Amino acid sequence: MDNLGNIGTTEEQIELMDVATNFCRDKSPMDKVRALIDDDLGYDPDVWKEIGELGWLAIAIPEKHEGVGLSMAEVVPIAEQMGRNLMSTPFGTTTLAAQALLAGGSEAQQAEWLPRIAAGCAATLALSEDSGDWDLANITCSGKLDGDSIVLSGKKQLVRWADSAELIIASVKVDGNVRFALIERSAIGEGTLRRESIIDETARSFELTLDDVAIPADALFDASRTRETIEKIELAAGLIQAAEMCGGSQAVIDYTLEYLKTRKQFDKIIGSFQALKHPTVDNYVEYEKARTHLYSAAYSWGEQGRGEVAVRMAAAQAHSSYSRAADRSIQFHGGFGFTHDCDAQLHRRKAIFDGALIGDAAYQRSKLASLLFD
Amino acid sequence: MADKPSAAELKEFGDAADAWFKENTVRDPGFMLPLTFMEVSTDQQFDFLRDWQRKVYEAGFLGASWPKEYGGGGMHSEYQRVATRAMKKYDAPIMINAIGNGWAGPLILDLGSEEQKQTYIKGMLTAEDIWCQGFSEPEHGSDLGNAQLKAVKEGDEYVLNGSKIWTSLGDRAKYMILLARTDFEAENKYKGLSFFLNPMKIDGISTSRIKKLTGEYGFVQTFFSDARISADCLFGGEGNGWSMAMKTLEYERGAKVKPVGGYFVKELDVMQIVELAKNSMRNGKPLLDDPVMRDKMTQYMIDIQALNLNNTRRRMPQLMQDKPMGLPLMNKLARTELIRELTEFSLGFQGTKAGYYVGDENAVDDGYWHRSYLNSFSATIGGGTSEIQRNIVAEHALGLPKTR
Ligand SMILES: Cc1cc2nc3c(=O)[nH]c(=O)nc-3n(C[C@H](O)[C@H](O)[C@H](O)COP(=O)(O)OP(=O)(O)OC[C@H]3O[C@@H](n4cnc5c(N)ncnc54)[C@H](O)[C@@H]3O)c2cc1C
Repeated sequence: MDNLGNIGTTEEQIELMDVATNFCRDKSPMDKVRALIDDDLGYDPDVWKEIGELGWLAIAIPEKHEGVGLSMAEVVPIAEQMGRNLMSTPFGTTTLAAQALLAGGSEAQQAEWLPRIAAGCAATLALSEDSGDWDLANITCSGKLDGDSIVLSGKKQLVRWADSAELIIASVKVDGNVRFALIERSAIGEGTLRRESIIDETARSFELTLDDVAIPADALFDASRTRETIEKIELAAGLIQAAEMCGGSQAVIDYTLEYLKTRKQFDKIIGSFQALKHPTVDNYVEYEKARTHLYSAAYSWGEQGRGEVAVRMAAAQAHSSYSRAADRSIQFHGGFGFTHDCDAQLHRRKAIFDGALIGDAAYQRSKLASLLFD
Repeated sequence: MADKPSAAELKEFGDAADAWFKENTVRDPGFMLPLTFMEVSTDQQFDFLRDWQRKVYEAGFLGASWPKEYGGGGMHSEYQRVATRAMKKYDAPIMINAIGNGWAGPLILDLGSEEQKQTYIKGMLTAEDIWCQGFSEPEHGSDLGNAQLKAVKEGDEYVLNGSKIWTSLGDRAKYMILLARTDFEAENKYKGLSFFLNPMKIDGISTSRIKKLTGEYGFVQTFFSDARISADCLFGGEGNGWSMAMKTLEYERGAKVKPVGGYFVKELDVMQIVELAKNSMRNGKPLLDDPVMRDKMTQYMIDIQALNLNNTRRRMPQLMQDKPMGLPLMNKLARTELIRELTEFSLGFQGTKAGYYVGDENAVDDGYWHRSYLNSFSATIGGGTSEIQRNIVAEHALGLPKTR
């Protein structure tokens, strides 16, 4: 089987890891994470501005579009630290939108949007629909040519950070074919966005009603690039979410360890009970495997075949290890674990949400099986 | 220390090793070759593997980086690394003298006297002198620190009484690294222990073979009854037995003393399992069309790939900053448990054929999978059980308290 990749790092990646480790820890302490849960916007605009100024939104954008000219490999350590500190911002969706533009956008579309994104403007994707299918091609929203504009219809779900985004890239069917439509903020009227109640309270997500939204006829990605755009979105989203979940696993294991080292029952530190100790080791082992896969996926990014296997392995392992570690964290905190105050639930909820976005571990494995065995 | 070789020098040596193993490796001698040193059971297997080790040593591909004055090759460790790579490439048989070359040798090279180095090193490289390990006792296995075999000093001798058990190659060995109690009044159990380089073929030491779950022999119980050994056999000083025993574990992890080379345990080739799965049928269809089997096999591929890449990641400090002891300490646990699960899983591919065992012509791959599954427990139990490994990871990588 020669589609299994290797592991390696770049200098820039490690530098970014160091910077992101400090930045995310300092800017996203737990009391702030908790305060932002009740905030409308859901993130600190000053922090978002700093993220833009640090050039983090420009990392995987080519230099000719005023980006840094690195790749998704260098985005990984940042997303990892954001996940670790539950720092929710439009960073992931904006990075993803840039990747979609790179895969499917015309020269003109790239030239218009990539420099703006690189400079800090938020963007997002509108992909999911009521069917709940993870298959990005299984959609019913549509666009109809009307003079020199396209009139859209249908409803998109789980459009993250839509209220902050200057640009929404939505998948719609035009003449029966899946196409990607560039929707500018100004094209969206009052009442087209409904804030959704989502399981991850640190994130923000919206339902987008496309009915009567009109965009210029040339605001579509080229039809011939739909397939590679879908592939790129799947892989980039898989990598970003795997990174966030990996960081989250690390955090929830550390959080659990802290309790296991301090809480006493029967006059003993509960971490000395093997019923808690051994499963925690097992969860830790699974986390380290996830992190190994994550940096292998980053390393294999862009390699035909290997890239997809590595990303799906990373996503599968990150989702299963994050879910399990957070699930056990709730249990190992006893009554406190059942409270909203216990951070275990934040992680458990985020793992569910992240799986819902990109496809859970079982889904990733079913995709992998075809790549590995057929 | 020998100079670091140039790329050209290394390539020349590597090509020579390649050519040698290509020419000399026997993969099918007409009987089952042990996958691990713990599995050696028949005379035929023993003689074959002992000859093989000597041959590899004489060709210069074992102990290449050990000091020349004691029988090694005196070369830079990179040379040994490429030689070992050539062995793997040609799927060469294991090196039999695991306890000698992997444990006792590095300990002696690191801390032994000149005389001890002269006495022991060469013989273990040639496999003339087979070594065994006398740590576990019938009543004290995981609780190794509680070992009770008695060593009482009388003049310039120690008198040994007690018993060791599960001694791999114990009936073949010339020497044993022995953990014995010299002080029964010590302030704690560890301090009463001493470490010996113990001769096996002397009066008062006898062994009795133990039949393994595979139906074969391979390890023994070793009895000591007023066995007298020279006080010179004491290694590291009285009361330092525990720290000597722990040191051997460090060598296993490759610190300080350069590895002797080769391998004592054959890695399972997982692609063989995928092949087996691809060639198996279920309800008239290929087994890997079955969604449950597909999903499980995929998860195992994820696991295997992670553990293989972990070996590379371990050498990348930039990815080892948080809990640096984590990956090294979890390796045995993760790898041995995975192999146990995988080999068990492979039995499920075989349908009715899962009922056969080694020796029947109807058995799939001559019973290789059954034998591998049963033998996989040697690694989840021997060398510290998986449960003990979890304690070690918990206490030394995650900082959790000891269980009392
Ligand atoms: C194939 C093979 C080869 C071996 N070769 C050698 C050899 O050459 N030399 C040698 O000295 N020894 C050898 N051993 C012995 C091996 O090291 C011991 O069997 C092992 O350390 C376990 O000890 P035990 O058998 O006394 O089991 P026990 O310690 O009695 O363990 C029984 C069960 O209790 C569990 N347990 C024990 N303590 C704890 C704890 N604190 N927490 C949780 N669970 C616990 C164990 O995991 C195990 O499941 C070999 C063993 C095997 C299987």
